[in-house]
Amino acid sequence: MLKIVEIENLTVQYPDVKALDDVSFEINQGDFLGIIGPNGAGKSTLFDSMLGLNTKYKGTIKFFGEDIRKSKNYLKEIGYVPQKPIFEKNFPVTVTDVVRMGLRNESDENKIDEILQQLWIHELRNRRIGELSGGQQQRVFIAKALIINPRILILDEPVTGIDQQSIDLFYSILRELNSKQKITIIWSSHDLDAVNQLANHVACLNRTLFFHGESEKFFSNDELVKQYSEASMQEHMHHH
Amino acid sequence: MHRALISGIAIAILCSVIGLFLVLRRYSLFGDAIAHSSFGGIALGLLAGVYPLWTAYGVSIASALIITKIKDRYNISGDASIAVLLSSGIAVGLVIIGLSGGFTIDIFSFLFGSILLVSVNDTVLILSLTGGILIVILLLYRQILYSTFNEEQAKVSGIPVEKINYLIVFMAGITVVTSIQLVGVLLISALFVIPNVTAIMYGKGFKQTAIISMSFSIFSVVVGILLSYIFDITPAGTIVLLAISLLAGTMGIKSSGLLSKS
Repeated sequence: MLKIVEIENLTVQYPDVKALDDVSFEINQGDFLGIIGPNGAGKSTLFDSMLGLNTKYKGTIKFFGEDIRKSKNYLKEIGYVPQKPIFEKNFPVTVTDVVRMGLRNESDENKIDEILQQLWIHELRNRRIGELSGGQQQRVFIAKALIINPRILILDEPVTGIDQQSIDLFYSILRELNSKQKITIIWSSHDLDAVNQLANHVACLNRTLFFHGESEKFFSNDELVKQYSEASMQEHMHHH
Repeated sequence: MHRALISGIAIAILCSVIGLFLVLRRYSLFGDAIAHSSFGGIALGLLAGVYPLWTAYGVSIASALIITKIKDRYNISGDASIAVLLSSGIAVGLVIIGLSGGFTIDIFSFLFGSILLVSVNDTVLILSLTGGILIVILLLYRQILYSTFNEEQAKVSGIPVEKINYLIVFMAGITVVTSIQLVGVLLISALFVIPNVTAIMYGKGFKQTAIISMSFSIFSVVVGILLSYIFDITPAGTIVLLAISLLAGTMGIKSSGLLSKS
């Protein structure tokens, strides 16, 4: 198995709170990793650190064997779909415009149509991004992430506020990307059932890493699942 | 007269392109702020006996870059930093004008524009600055658009977002001072904002929106200059009123349901 991500003793200290505490794990090529954890567990901090958006961390993050502090080249291999992409509702860009932003090489223009068809959004290509539903927008951002043929796809809680039909379509797209196109997927989610169905590995995070391993091992261990559910339930109550 | 039209068209294109990025970055009043700080620069030039636009370029670009730095460093919101820049430029200008013995006719031409008096040298300068800035924008089009659309995602795609931000502010500084001759310090932001707000309403993609905005901007400037020449009225005010009437017309079309897309 080829290790493509190695995270060693990752600690992120914010002024008032330790967001991540000595987190270490590895991701192999072809993994479909579901990262679960309650709100404030440090999932976004983990992603920000991995993507170079947060550089104030202790420890080491390596992609393809290389420390990301030394080179940003690894970003060329990563497609990133943020939780809720922030943009002005009236921003004058069409679906095609948005996907084109992901391109690094202008000559790949004809790939845009191909990828829009693959994600069932080709007929929306001339519509403005702000006019689309949440599920359609999400597929546009996946298309933008995929246009560079990434080896790794990173998705942050990508089904927040999206209808069930779009979620099902989204899951089937992810499954196909991982099984047929062999893209490594790193995906944070609240939805335990979906993680159980889709991911082959699970990382359970709550500032420290509770568990990391094959998803069968996590879901067959009632004690772990119970602990996780209680922790996230407390968090849920706390938030309401 | 033809110098005024040529310069006017160049400035119209320049303002509408730079303005589109500023409007989308919620930086609509930035043009105004730089213009007000350039007022300080103009006063400085008049006091020192230097051609005032040169000192205006220096002061505007410097203050635009400094305010952007301060905004990032001390986490001041965009609108507050614009207010600081705007008032400090005027304050400096007033003090310098006081020192140099009060308002002169020159100051008024910078406050309200004097496109009909534009010289050959001015025209050449305006055309070359417009050409230069448009080339930079065309070359870096994807990076500028992407970092305007979403900074975080642009960073992850390896775009040097901070450098792009400074570049935009730098180009906006040049654009503002260049445009002072057309509409003056007080009405600059009209050219940055109004054609773009109008064009965005047509619900099109980015390139089409930019083209619509440029067309409206050119129309307002050309017709404005001609009308002001024929009826001997101020070009700056006429141009801005024409741009506003295009905006009002578009709003009318939109609310009548003829523009279905939002």
